[in-house]
Amino acid sequence: MDITFVIEKFILVAIIFGISLVIAMYSTYAERKVAAFLQDRLGPDRAGPAGMFQPLADGLKMFMKEEIIPTHANKWLFMVGPGLAMLTACIGTAVIPWGSAITLGSKVIPLQVTDINVGVLYIFGVVSLSVYGVMIGGWASNNKYSLLSAIRAASQNISYEVAMGLAIIALLLVTNTLSLKEIVEQQHGWRWNVLYQPLGFILFIVCAFAETNRAPFDLPECETELIGGYHTEYSSMKLGFYLFAEYINIFVSSAVMSTLYFGGYNYPGMDWVASVAGPVLAPLIGTAVLFIKIFAFIFFFMWVRWTIPRFRYDQLMHLGWKVLMPLAIANVIITGIVIAIVEKF
Amino acid sequence: MEPLTNKKKVLIQKPLTFAERIYLPALTKGLSITISHFFKKEATIRYPEVQREMSINWRGMHSLKRDEDGKERCTACGLCALSCPAEAITMIAAERKPEEKDLYREEKYASVYEINMLRCIFCGLCEEACPKEAIYLDGPIVPSDYLRKDFIYGKDKLVEQPLVKK
Repeated sequence: MDITFVIEKFILVAIIFGISLVIAMYSTYAERKVAAFLQDRLGPDRAGPAGMFQPLADGLKMFMKEEIIPTHANKWLFMVGPGLAMLTACIGTAVIPWGSAITLGSKVIPLQVTDINVGVLYIFGVVSLSVYGVMIGGWASNNKYSLLSAIRAASQNISYEVAMGLAIIALLLVTNTLSLKEIVEQQHGWRWNVLYQPLGFILFIVCAFAETNRAPFDLPECETELIGGYHTEYSSMKLGFYLFAEYINIFVSSAVMSTLYFGGYNYPGMDWVASVAGPVLAPLIGTAVLFIKIFAFIFFFMWVRWTIPRFRYDQLMHLGWKVLMPLAIANVIITGIVIAIVEKF
Repeated sequence: MEPLTNKKKVLIQKPLTFAERIYLPALTKGLSITISHFFKKEATIRYPEVQREMSINWRGMHSLKRDEDGKERCTACGLCALSCPAEAITMIAAERKPEEKDLYREEKYASVYEINMLRCIFCGLCEEACPKEAIYLDGPIVPSDYLRKDFIYGKDKLVEQPLVKK
């Protein structure tokens, strides 16, 4: 392994890490603005032009707050919880292809940290891990509400992972590969997977809402029933980490959805653009397109949050096990039959 | 049993149709409603910079008026304090000295005139009671403050600015 490879990857990791943190930071601002606009309000507009410095002010406030660790809390786990939530949120970005490779002279720089051949499984594993942050935080708080919320989060994630996994299996039948890079390359131009797997996409996005604990599936942190949910006892930047991790999760799942179903960095007319823009600029345009898709998904997450009321817990379980899972299985079977017929004739 | 009124209505819970059960039509309907609000004009008024237009009978902060020569109209009769249902007004009367003739219109004037803005209910009875047309509630919204004592407004805040001599 030569040293330029290490430096190249290090820079890429730093950039992706920075971008996901900045996007998570400005997601908090965007959430408040979107909420305001959807409700005919203005939203934060005092800190800086149009309230642009609001996330910085919020972050500073979080750091300045008094840090409270409850006397009866399990101190070590109490501190591990937010860190774990943050960690699992951040490592998901490692396998996402952010753009096609940049060619600088003889050097080819892939815009992906690592192209492992089980990329989809890796994403799936990281998503499953994210419940541990919530679970540990809720358990360590030694508070009934937090514990209830943690249990809710755990059972919700397990329920929706089943349907999500089945939705992905149908996708994998179409793509024939687990590598995210190859999945994206297959969707060149207009051949996006959402056209082949519309039902799979709907199932996936519903499950993504549940996995990120977003409305209408935000039962683990519903204020009306559980005070604050698993982060009731948290204060200062530990609380900030939990809230932050949620937004990073939204960013990551938006990126995954864009990659798996909406063609990643592919867009119609990209060959023409590539012939005009050259080997350095064209991949960056592709990256910009990917980010536009991601922002559209983040906006959709917020739009749904301010439209749909929260599900009741039994409705949530009903939807997960009795609606989404049979649909996902049917989707797998139909996809399999169609593929078999197409290959035969 | 015979019903006493004919107001009885039998409600039948209809089973949900297929379209209702799959949520998606209702979802898209809700989403289209919220997105239509996204492009509507905000109802918010950015208060300190932009002020809402008040109605003509709006009652705001009090001001003690001057006459056309710039002399204070108030003669410290105490009718405003008497009429005040919240007992927000206090005053101390004093006799005008000959050299103060340009400052006060009558021989008697209010050397101290205080309104407690936390007590005041902005009913406008002081305005109605005043025989000298010296007090009007024609000012802006009383601003917020941190200490109770700062809400007791003296003559420095209440008396109208003197007329600019042409």
